[in-house]
Amino acid sequence: MVTGNEAIAEGAIAAGCNFYVGYPITPSSEIMHYMAEKLPRIGGVFFQAEDELAAINVAIGASWGGARVMTATSGPGFSLMQEGIGYAVMTETPLVIVNVMRVGPATGQATKPAQGDLMQARWGRHGDQAVPVLAPESPQEAFELTVKAFAVAEELRVPVILLSDEFIAHMREVIELPNYESIKIPSRRRPKSLSEAPFGSRDPRIAPPMPPLSEGYYVLVTGSTHNEWGYRDTRSFETHYKLSKRLWNKVWLNIDKIFEYEARYVDDAEVGFVAFGSVARSVKMAVKILREKGIRAGFVRLKTLWPLDLKPIRSLCSMCKVVIVPELSLGQLVLDVERANEGNAKVINYGKVGGGEPIYPRELVKIALEGLKS
Amino acid sequence: MKLAKHFSRRYLREEVLPTNFCPGCFNGVLINALSKAFLELGIDDLRNYVFVSGIGCSSWIPSPYIKADSLHTLHGRAIPVATGVKLAKPDLEVIVIGGDGDLASIGLGHLIHAARRNMDLLVILVNNYVYGMTRGQMSPTTPMGLVTATTPYGSFEYPIDICRVIASTNANYVARWTIAHFIDLKNSIKDALSRYRRGFRFIEVVAPCTTYVARRLGKRAGEVIKELLKLGVRIKDLNDLDKYSREGKIGIGILKAEDKPGYVELYREYVRRAVSHGRT
Amino acid sequence: MMPCTPNIDLNLCKGCGICIDMCPYKVLRLSDDVSSRGYHYPIVTGDCRGCRVCENYCPDFAISIVCGEDVEKSIGNR
Repeated sequence: MVTGNEAIAEGAIAAGCNFYVGYPITPSSEIMHYMAEKLPRIGGVFFQAEDELAAINVAIGASWGGARVMTATSGPGFSLMQEGIGYAVMTETPLVIVNVMRVGPATGQATKPAQGDLMQARWGRHGDQAVPVLAPESPQEAFELTVKAFAVAEELRVPVILLSDEFIAHMREVIELPNYESIKIPSRRRPKSLSEAPFGSRDPRIAPPMPPLSEGYYVLVTGSTHNEWGYRDTRSFETHYKLSKRLWNKVWLNIDKIFEYEARYVDDAEVGFVAFGSVARSVKMAVKILREKGIRAGFVRLKTLWPLDLKPIRSLCSMCKVVIVPELSLGQLVLDVERANEGNAKVINYGKVGGGEPIYPRELVKIALEGLKS
Repeated sequence: MKLAKHFSRRYLREEVLPTNFCPGCFNGVLINALSKAFLELGIDDLRNYVFVSGIGCSSWIPSPYIKADSLHTLHGRAIPVATGVKLAKPDLEVIVIGGDGDLASIGLGHLIHAARRNMDLLVILVNNYVYGMTRGQMSPTTPMGLVTATTPYGSFEYPIDICRVIASTNANYVARWTIAHFIDLKNSIKDALSRYRRGFRFIEVVAPCTTYVARRLGKRAGEVIKELLKLGVRIKDLNDLDKYSREGKIGIGILKAEDKPGYVELYREYVRRAVSHGRT
Repeated sequence: MMPCTPNIDLNLCKGCGICIDMCPYKVLRLSDDVSSRGYHYPIVTGDCRGCRVCENYCPDFAISIVCGEDVEKSIGNR
C-alpha cells in the first residue's frame, strides 16, 4: 500500500537508480525523503541541492559520471530546470525528471493538483527538442512508468519526463511489485574504440555510444552546436541541421517503443473522452455509468504524451459525434484533439481549474448527455 | 631542422590551435601555469582529470583546448555539474575553470554553496573585471569608475572581493594571484592538486581583459603584466585585504590553507551511519 | 654560457608582443613585415640567456627556448 510518490521512488530504485539529487517542493518532496532514506543504505548517492538550477545540473554531471540519476520537482522547479533539460537534450545525457504537477503559474496553489504543465513538458526548452513525456494514472503505473523512463533514457541517451500530479502523488493504493531481477534496463553503450563518434550515428534511431570519463576518451561534451566528435561548430549550417534532425529523429523514429495508450469501448462509440493522468480515473467511471445508461461511450487514455501518435485520437474522433477532453487546466490536451479531429466530431474542452477539486464522473456524464442532445 | 614545441602543447588538442582567444589574452598564460604544474607533478596525461566549465572566454580553456575529458556546460552551472561528476566518480580530480561572470555573477550562489560544503573541487576563477565574451559589460568584480560597455560613464557599483567571501566559508584552500605572478600561481595549482587535495580549493587569478579593459585604457598586454607585478602586494592576513584595496593595490597570497575532510569524506561517514541505522 | 635561441611558431603567434615586453634582456623586437597569418611577430636580435620568461607568458604557445646542442638543429622561427 503506497502513495504515488513512494511508488515513483521505489520504481527508480527497481530500475537501478543510484543517484538522486533534488530540491524539496510540494507536492514532490516525499519522493526525495524516500530516496534520502534508501539510497545511502544501498550504496547510492543522495544529494540535496541548493535550488533546482543546481539540482538539474548536478544530475547532468552525475549522469556523465556514470550514474543512473533521477530528480523530482513540481511546476516552479520544473520551470527552473528547463535550461538544464535542454542541455541534456543537446548533449544526449540520460536523465529522469519527475514533475508532480500542481496549480500554477508561479506559486499558484502549492498543494493542489493540476495538469497545466503538458505543453511545457513537451516544449519548455528554447529551440528544437524532443523529450519523451510519460503520464501515469495511478501509483501502480507510477512505479511501472518510472522503470520505463529509465529504460528509455538509458537506451536513447535522452532526458525523460514523468508527468504526475498531486492526486496521484498522495493517493494510496496497493501496488504489485514485479520481481526486480526481471527488470532489464539497458546499460548505456560504450564506444567500441576511440574511432566511434560519441555524438553521431549512422542509424538515426540509435543513440551514439556514451564514453565513460577517465578512460582516455577525452570526450568533449558541450551545449553548443557540435559535430559528431563533440567539437563546437557554430558556423556551419550543415552541422546544426544534421544535429537537430538526428536528436529529433532519435525520439520520433522510436515512437513504437515509447508511445503507449489505453483505449476502451471505442469500436462503436458515439461519445468519446480523451484524457491522461488522474483525470482518466473519472473518465473510466463516467464511461461505465454511460454504458449502463445505454449510451455508447468510449475513451482514449494517453500513457505517453510525447512523442504523440494521433491515430488513436483521430480514430475516436472519426467514430464519435462528441469528444470530450477533460483536464485540470484551461485546455491543452484539447488542442491535440482538435488537431486530430478531421471535422467529424464536436470537440468539447472541459477544463476544470480551481485546484483541489477533481473532475467528478457525474460532471462528465452530464456533459456527455448534453453533448449528444445538441 | 625542427621547430621546438612549447611545453604546454602536450596537454592541448593540437587540431584546434591556434586558439580563438584575442592576441594577448591572458587565458593562454593560465594554460601555461596549469601545464607547468602538471609537468612538475609528473603528470603525463590528463586522463584522471575532468574539467568542467561554463560560458565565457576562460570557460573555453578546457573546452576545447585542454586534452582531457571536459564538460562545457550552461552559463553559471559549471560547479553543480562538477559536483555531480565528483559525487558519481569520487576518485577523479574535478577541476572547474570559469570567469568572474560565470562563477561570481550568475553562478555565485553555486560557488558559495560548494565552498560552504567544502565540496572536493578545484575551482580556478579567472577575474578579468568584465564580461569578455559578450564584449565587455561590467561584472560583479568591475572596479569602481571603470568604463565598460554598460557603464559608459564609469562604474558606480561596489564590486565584490570574491576571495574574501570564499575565505569566510568552510573552504579548505583559498588563494589569489595575478596572472603576472606566474610562479606563485603555478605553485598554488600544484598545492591544490597535491598537498591540499581534498575539500574546496579556490584560486582567483586576476587577469584584466586585454581587449575590453587594457585596450580601453591604452595599455598593451605586456604593460599590464608589469603593472600587475607592481600592484600585487602579498598579504599577511585577511586584515591586509582592506588596507591594500584602499590603496588601490591587489592583495595576493594564500588567504587560507587547511586540510579538513571534504564533502566526499563527510558523505562517506554519513553512509556509515545510514547503514548501521536501525530503521527499515 | 650555454647558447640558447627562441623558436617561434608563426602558425600560432598572434603578435601580441608580450614576449617582447617581458624579455629581461631585450632580446626580441617586433618584425616589420607580417607572417602568413597577418601578424607582426618577434625577431631575435640578441643573445638569449634561456631564462624562459617568454615561454611562460606566451598565451599562444608560440615561443619555445632551445638550448645547448639542439640550437643548431632548431630553426629559429618559421
